Amino acid sequence: MTVKTMAEFMAEGKQPEILFWVGSAGSYDDRAKKITKAFVKLLNEANIDFAVLGTEESCTGDAAKRAGNEFLFQMQAVTNIEVLNAYEIKKIVTACPHSFNTLKNEYPSLGGNYEVLHHTQYLQQLIKEGRFKITNNSFKGKRITFHDPCYLGRANEVFEAPRELLKELGVNLVEMRRSKRTALCCGAGGAQMFKEPEKGDKDVNVLRTEDALQTNPDIIATGCPYCNTMMTDGVKFKEKEADIEVLDVAELLANGK
Amino acid sequence: MAYLPNILFAIALVIGIGYFVKNVRKLIRNIKLGKDIDVSDNKPQRLKNMINIALGQSKMVRRPIAGILHVIVYVGFIIINIEVLEIIIDGLFGTHRVFSSIGSLYGVLIGSFEILAVLVLISVIVFWIRRNVIKLKRFWNSEMTSWPKNDANYILYFEMVLMTLFLVMNATDVSFQEMNSGNVISQYIAPWFSGMSENSVHIIERTAWWLHILGILVFLNYLYFSKHLHILLAFPNTYYASVKPKGQMDNLESVTKEVMLMMDPNADPFAAPEEGATDDDVPEKFGASDVTDLSWTQLLSAYTCTECGRCTSSCPANLTGKKLSPRKIMMDTRDRLEEVGKNIDANKGEFKDDGKQLLGDYITKEELWACTTCNACVEECPVSISPLSIIMDMRRYLVMEQSAAPTELNNMMTNIENNGAPWPYNQMDRLNWKDE
Repeated sequence: MTVKTMAEFMAEGKQPEILFWVGSAGSYDDRAKKITKAFVKLLNEANIDFAVLGTEESCTGDAAKRAGNEFLFQMQAVTNIEVLNAYEIKKIVTACPHSFNTLKNEYPSLGGNYEVLHHTQYLQQLIKEGRFKITNNSFKGKRITFHDPCYLGRANEVFEAPRELLKELGVNLVEMRRSKRTALCCGAGGAQMFKEPEKGDKDVNVLRTEDALQTNPDIIATGCPYCNTMMTDGVKFKEKEADIEVLDVAELLANGK
Repeated sequence: MAYLPNILFAIALVIGIGYFVKNVRKLIRNIKLGKDIDVSDNKPQRLKNMINIALGQSKMVRRPIAGILHVIVYVGFIIINIEVLEIIIDGLFGTHRVFSSIGSLYGVLIGSFEILAVLVLISVIVFWIRRNVIKLKRFWNSEMTSWPKNDANYILYFEMVLMTLFLVMNATDVSFQEMNSGNVISQYIAPWFSGMSENSVHIIERTAWWLHILGILVFLNYLYFSKHLHILLAFPNTYYASVKPKGQMDNLESVTKEVMLMMDPNADPFAAPEEGATDDDVPEKFGASDVTDLSWTQLLSAYTCTECGRCTSSCPANLTGKKLSPRKIMMDTRDRLEEVGKNIDANKGEFKDDGKQLLGDYITKEELWACTTCNACVEECPVSISPLSIIMDMRRYLVMEQSAAPTELNNMMTNIENNGAPWPYNQMDRLNWKDE
């Protein structure tokens, strides 16, 4: 696995093609780290010149902003923008829809203007340009349902990129009753990931997992580290972890290779 | 004495429209209590949104049954109102069916009004059944008791009565029936009155005519007090709604100023305000605790909400039994705004502190913290309301003015501050995954 930092590129006097924004979950969360590595594997395979910020990366501030702490968010944003602008970053790819949304929509008015892509969009772009080929057919014919992350789907209207990639794998894509625009949240957004839910009669991730289970899937695919955690927990709650895997689209593409 | 009906009609018209205008003024005054916001951008896109979403009902039909029924009532409402123009002219000048002189086109017009009236009547009855017999869940949430529940039914009764009066009016209009053009529906109702004397039929016709127009005037004035205001406000609301991606939350400018000051090594935090600095430069309150902290477009949205509950029926928090209901956020905002407006009216144009506010007295913290910011409510709203923006502004107040976030969130924020991640990991370990 080849991973170079921006600092290393800088030292060599080179500029990478893209910056891979790993995000906090992708950097520290054990489950999300697997997604990070799967995506890196794909980038390596496609011979993409990419960099990460490494220890110079800091939380985008999404969770702080949505928890209501605009101060902390803007402090994070301004700090990150300083780093990104110093490295003259033009194009950012991330596997986290929360980072994606924040970098793409909320950084520009603070001075951070970049082309920002979700990793599924980027991979689709690579395939279209003929720079990356899907050879993995280990999921051919498998029943897979895709859970739309809110910050990728509704928030930014990216519905097709992840689905197109799944179709490339030859899977049997089955849609949940609530999907795309009407997809139900996994329950983690808006800083819910970091707190106990309010009193209710069910957890959101359980309800969403029930949506997924209705499609009788072999695999629940998603494109967000938080959704991944929530759906994995939901599948465990339903005691289905022996039958159903929860995987990121990048993992599906990278696995079996 | 011959002019008595004309005079009475003119008086009714002046009172009806006058009172309506008075309330519209109040409505505008209340909306303007909100903070100013720049919505002068993207005019073509805004216009397009209004045409598609309000005029074209594009989001209504995403739920096909309610959507199509609603389109019928909506089209009926607009088209049948052409008839009101004739009624007003007849009423003022003592003419009878003044437009009938245009010939066969009149028959086509009235005929289509009659068909629409029946369709509206059927649709409204189906709406009533959905609410009261089938009892669709979203019409029976906890915020839909008392006035909101009655309001919805009153509107349906109003429409049923108005449509019936229109058809009866036509059926008992002997000269209109004799024309035998345009009475596509009323010709089947006319025989019900055939046993009556000519005079009685005429009295029924006049009564139906008067009740119809008076009913319309009463309904017009009912709007201000009802969720039915959406028939007017859907248009400005879809125009002024956000044209940004749904995920994009505004960056508070007042915060940006302070953050830039903190980040600027050359800034002198103890510097005296620049010359010419006005009160406007004093840091405003962060976030919203009351309606006057919200923007005027958010207040407009509160008046626009017709309490259909599509938002609440798609809200993950509400679906899992939490107290949060996006519809209630809008209803509370309107109720509080009305309260503030009445307070201003009672105190000669000045708001007198009533010890109440939107936060706490109407909307609880528990509701606010249950939101996942998933935008399902925003996506669902057929008139582009964002309950989420109000929730977020109130969270901002809780956190930035009161430091009243749940403990776990405070921990998360402390972690971000100290380690640049929401978890307590060392920033220096951020790339460790590479070698694991």
